[in-house]
Amino acid sequence: MLETDIYTVNVGPIHPSTHGGLHVEAIMDGEIIQDVVVHLGYVHRSVEKIAEGKTYQQFVPYTARLDYLATNLPVLGYCQAVEKLLGIEVPERAEYIRVIMAELSRIASHQIAISATGIDLGATTGLMYGMRDRERIMNIFEMTGGQRLLSSYIRIGGVAADIPDEFIPAVKSLVQDIPRMMEEYNGLMTGNEIWAARMEGVGILAPETAIQYGVTGPNLRASGIAYDLRKAEPYGIYDRFDFDLPLGKRGDSLDRWQVRIDEIGQSGRIIEQALKAMPEGEIKAKVPKVLKPAAGKEVYHRIESAKGELGYYIVSDGSSKPYRLHVRAPSFINLMVLPVICRGGVFQDIITNIATLDPILGESDR
Amino acid sequence: MVLDAKNGNKLQDVDELARNNILVTTFEKLWNWGRSWSFWPLNYGCNCCPIEVMAAGAGRFDQARFGYEVVRAVPRQADLLTVAGPITLKMKPAVLRVWAQMPEPKWVIAMGNCAISGGPFKDGYSVLPGVDSIIPVDVYIPGCPVRPEALFHGMLELKKKVQQGDYRRS
Amino acid sequence: MQEFSLERMIQELEGLLGDKVRTGSDQFFTVLYIDPAALTILMGKLRDEYGFNHLANLTSVDYGEEFEMVYHLYSIPDNNKVLVKTRVPRTLAELDSLISLWPTADWQEREVYDLMGIKFKGHPNLVRVLLPEDFEGHPLRKDYLMGGRK
Repeated sequence: MLETDIYTVNVGPIHPSTHGGLHVEAIMDGEIIQDVVVHLGYVHRSVEKIAEGKTYQQFVPYTARLDYLATNLPVLGYCQAVEKLLGIEVPERAEYIRVIMAELSRIASHQIAISATGIDLGATTGLMYGMRDRERIMNIFEMTGGQRLLSSYIRIGGVAADIPDEFIPAVKSLVQDIPRMMEEYNGLMTGNEIWAARMEGVGILAPETAIQYGVTGPNLRASGIAYDLRKAEPYGIYDRFDFDLPLGKRGDSLDRWQVRIDEIGQSGRIIEQALKAMPEGEIKAKVPKVLKPAAGKEVYHRIESAKGELGYYIVSDGSSKPYRLHVRAPSFINLMVLPVICRGGVFQDIITNIATLDPILGESDR
Repeated sequence: MVLDAKNGNKLQDVDELARNNILVTTFEKLWNWGRSWSFWPLNYGCNCCPIEVMAAGAGRFDQARFGYEVVRAVPRQADLLTVAGPITLKMKPAVLRVWAQMPEPKWVIAMGNCAISGGPFKDGYSVLPGVDSIIPVDVYIPGCPVRPEALFHGMLELKKKVQQGDYRRS
Repeated sequence: MQEFSLERMIQELEGLLGDKVRTGSDQFFTVLYIDPAALTILMGKLRDEYGFNHLANLTSVDYGEEFEMVYHLYSIPDNNKVLVKTRVPRTLAELDSLISLWPTADWQEREVYDLMGIKFKGHPNLVRVLLPEDFEGHPLRKDYLMGGRK
């Protein structure tokens, strides 16, 4: 018989489909993957060490640069963690504005996940549709925070400024268009035979494996486990909203894809409810100029980010700078499961699995 | 002034020739014209700035109207390296290798504060103080992140540079 | 299985581990301070008998003479939570790995080794994860000064 050999193919770090600087080493026997080794660190910007040299307010823009596709979510998590540490209460109007911005960020992140999955699998039109719809959200961010991509509009104690007059009509028209957007994504890609052939049954993640590996977010829900921090441990005012959790049945790539599209619809529901209930009032609490939490106090605050459980562990030593700040990054932990779901598949499934796990390397490497 | 065989080798004016649809130029100018109107960018980026590069390529900003939509994944087919994002210690050998694989003439745009000087992360222990510490840069575009319009402005500045022939040859 | 009760759990653990464990609480969590030698026993009990199947966060803090390891544990879907802390001396920064209990500890322990320099016994692949292999030093330690890379 022919003698065969095991060989290694490197994917990345400079590669169009690796979502940043991800380096994946595929160890193959012919076309079948024997093992996958993931190398991280290409985007390691030493954010945790920098945090020890900045004050709590100065660190807010750095959190936006962690998960840059859903920027309001990590900023919200950090501001809420610091508010917990200091016992600051945020005014009602600011809470509602925060929820709207957070859910808009979640929609924007899922739209990029959908576009990037489209172009990774070869459907270039998918990229164009997702990016076109996302531009409306970028306009809304620019209208409020002044920045398209990395707006630090959410601040410690509330938000930076009150919403302009064009905000509510723009958000309302976006929410009305969400069913049309979902229909377009489903019609263009999900129903496509080639799409199903490439995604169905690929990269199956069993629910017990997912919990053991600490996978959270849409990836966990696609494996059938209904765990969402907005319902399990509500933060801010999330306990006032009524929404469902889309779940998957098989835990394969198609389920992970479908869960994200359905979550866009659910986020639209939350925004609608928030717009109706938003009161008038203050948009920022009275926060001292220099923030000095009590020495020895620590907090672990976690939120449901677009990628999963995003946690901030902050230890204070009584000064105006954190003693230790650790970011529990969902993408870092979700990527641990990539070798598990790729083994036994073919080479092109690596690209599908990375795309549907939806990692963000900025957050993963910090 | 050009010799014209048809008219008994009398010297002819370049402008008069142009009026008769004959353009006179050097090979250098012709290549520069072709190169500047269609850079082939390399698909490179890690971090926040390449998201704006993606937005620049998508429908709203559309870099195809400038001729720069042929984005190549393989460095050997690309001539423009847009360094978007910080260069970390681990990424440095990868960038050097990719830059070395690109054939001449090639250009580098440093996009964003991180690529220019390390940006907000310059205090860190793992970010290089700018990409020009390892490879030569032609155009610097400041911003954090760089808006797609600013990216186009930078590319158009590079186009002017190339048309004037003001670039490095190996 | 019995209904989960925090008091019963603390009672049973104190009965099992004696003076190796000490309980406390802050505003947000019940804290279990454990001796490093008994860490694996405690964690095994927490996972198997009390249902803490989600190791949410594993990190370390540099307190000068000692390093403190911090573990935030949750249970899915019951939503119970507990915080476990242990300290190792700076001169002998070694601890048992929890990878056999929760595979999610794999890269998180590698990150702690990479940035803080604590070694985990029993980890099958304890190499740097975020910094290049030839990097010297452990940057998150307090004696690693920032600013001015060459």
